[in-house]
Amino acid sequence: MTRKIRVLVAKPGLDGHDRGAKVVAAALRDAGMEVVYTGLHQTPEMVVAAALQEDVDAIGLSVHSGAHLTLFRKVLALMKEKGLDDVLLTGGGIIPEKDRATLAAEGVGRLFGPGTPLKELADYIAAETAVRRPR
Amino acid sequence: MTVDALAKGIVAGDRRALARGLSLVEAGAADGAALLDAVRSRLGRARRIGVTGPPGAGKSSLVNALVREARAAGVEVAVLAVDPSSPFSGGALLGDRVRMSEHALDRGVFIRSQASRLAMGGLAATSHDMTDLLDAAGFDLVVVETVGVGQSELEIVRQADVTAIVLAPSMGDMVQAMKAGLVEAGDVVVVNKGDLPGAASCRDEIVAAFGMTAESGGAARADDVLLVSAATGDGVKELLARLRSIPDVVVAERRIAADARRVDAAVVRALADLRLKPAAASLAATLTPAVRRGDVSLEEAVRTIVAAAVGPDREARRP
Ligand SMILES: Nc1nc2c(ncn2[C@@H]2O[C@H](COP(=O)(O)OP(=O)(O)OP(=O)(O)O)[C@@H](O)[C@H]2O)c(=O)[nH]1
Ligand SMILES: [Mg+2]
Repeated sequence: MTRKIRVLVAKPGLDGHDRGAKVVAAALRDAGMEVVYTGLHQTPEMVVAAALQEDVDAIGLSVHSGAHLTLFRKVLALMKEKGLDDVLLTGGGIIPEKDRATLAAEGVGRLFGPGTPLKELADYIAAETAVRRPR
Repeated sequence: MTVDALAKGIVAGDRRALARGLSLVEAGAADGAALLDAVRSRLGRARRIGVTGPPGAGKSSLVNALVREARAAGVEVAVLAVDPSSPFSGGALLGDRVRMSEHALDRGVFIRSQASRLAMGGLAATSHDMTDLLDAAGFDLVVVETVGVGQSELEIVRQADVTAIVLAPSMGDMVQAMKAGLVEAGDVVVVNKGDLPGAASCRDEIVAAFGMTAESGGAARADDVLLVSAATGDGVKELLARLRSIPDVVVAERRIAADARRVDAAVVRALADLRLKPAAASLAATLTPAVRRGDVSLEEAVRTIVAAAVGPDREARRP
């Protein structure tokens, strides 16, 4: 296989550290994926602009600020606007089950809580991209 | 989207088309080659700047600062940033963008990260093709950041119009860079982190170590060692001016040499692929034990296998 799965990992929002996002990025690399890491304090506009330029198969957001509803919705809306319809939006953080269901109904992919084995996330991304962007 | 539509989109400035096209080219598939052929007539407009040097020297930070200067001058810039692939998983963590966030929303800037996929020399096998596509998309400058490398076998020097070698002011780095011949490999040596103590004396030492002093008649080379700070922006404007001032005739000569090497490399690859033809591969499998036993000489085996490899291909002759 010459085209590897490409994933953008970002930490949107204003809160401080990105340890979690870095751990996720490293785990996806160890699962054989090419992970574009964009760092802290990314606005939804920056995330989607980078995802477009990098032609990623999936965007993974690490959200711990409680602003998950706003952030995921905004990113999803911008993805639609830019034509990134076949790109998976997923991520994780402390997100109540009710909000996960709401976001899923709106088109966001699965969201993972803290403590989920990272292999689960990697397997999910691999399975989803195989359907969305077959290579 | 067809290759033709993609090529039209790329040339017209459609960034999504460019991003998709880069993936095709990176995959090395037939579509990617067709896409490059479709834009070939548009190549050669962009100046290609290589930025290389040891891990952590500040290449990405410097690229970020160079892009800022270029944008202030109204110049549109594409960046190809290469990071290493993991030899264990084949995956990669591409982190150069972290230093370039300030340009994320500028339409005059396009940044693409690439994994080296274990190619040697600091670039991926398809990096050159990727820069071609960025050139075709109409950027004035294409800046290529290599994997952090301490060696002088730098593929980028052979591909770019002009190359900057970036060093941080640490003795270890410097001694290593001099031993490996890294400092002589490019057009400009940049001592970055000029805001840190010891940076100026580090620059002086590089100048002195190569006898680049005015007395020894090496004044021109001394001018090629620049003290810069990506953090404060000091010296970045001068560096950009320097990199853009390489004369057209020099660039033209380098491009001719680069093209020749590229065709040669493609021929070598094609020849290497021939050995995988079924007839050649199965002959190789049968002859190997015979060579080991001494029944057939290695030379004779090679001749037989090569004959099968370059001989007419039965598949190809089918109507
Ligand atoms: N003080 C100071 N620190 C700098 C400067 N430029 C870069 N750095 C720091 O040096 C570290 C490495 O910077 P990068 O730009 O990521 O270096 P790099 O050469 O791209 O690294 P790799 O791509 O991993 O090889 C970071 O912590 C930067 O903040 C500078 O001009 N001054
Ligand atoms: Mg870097």
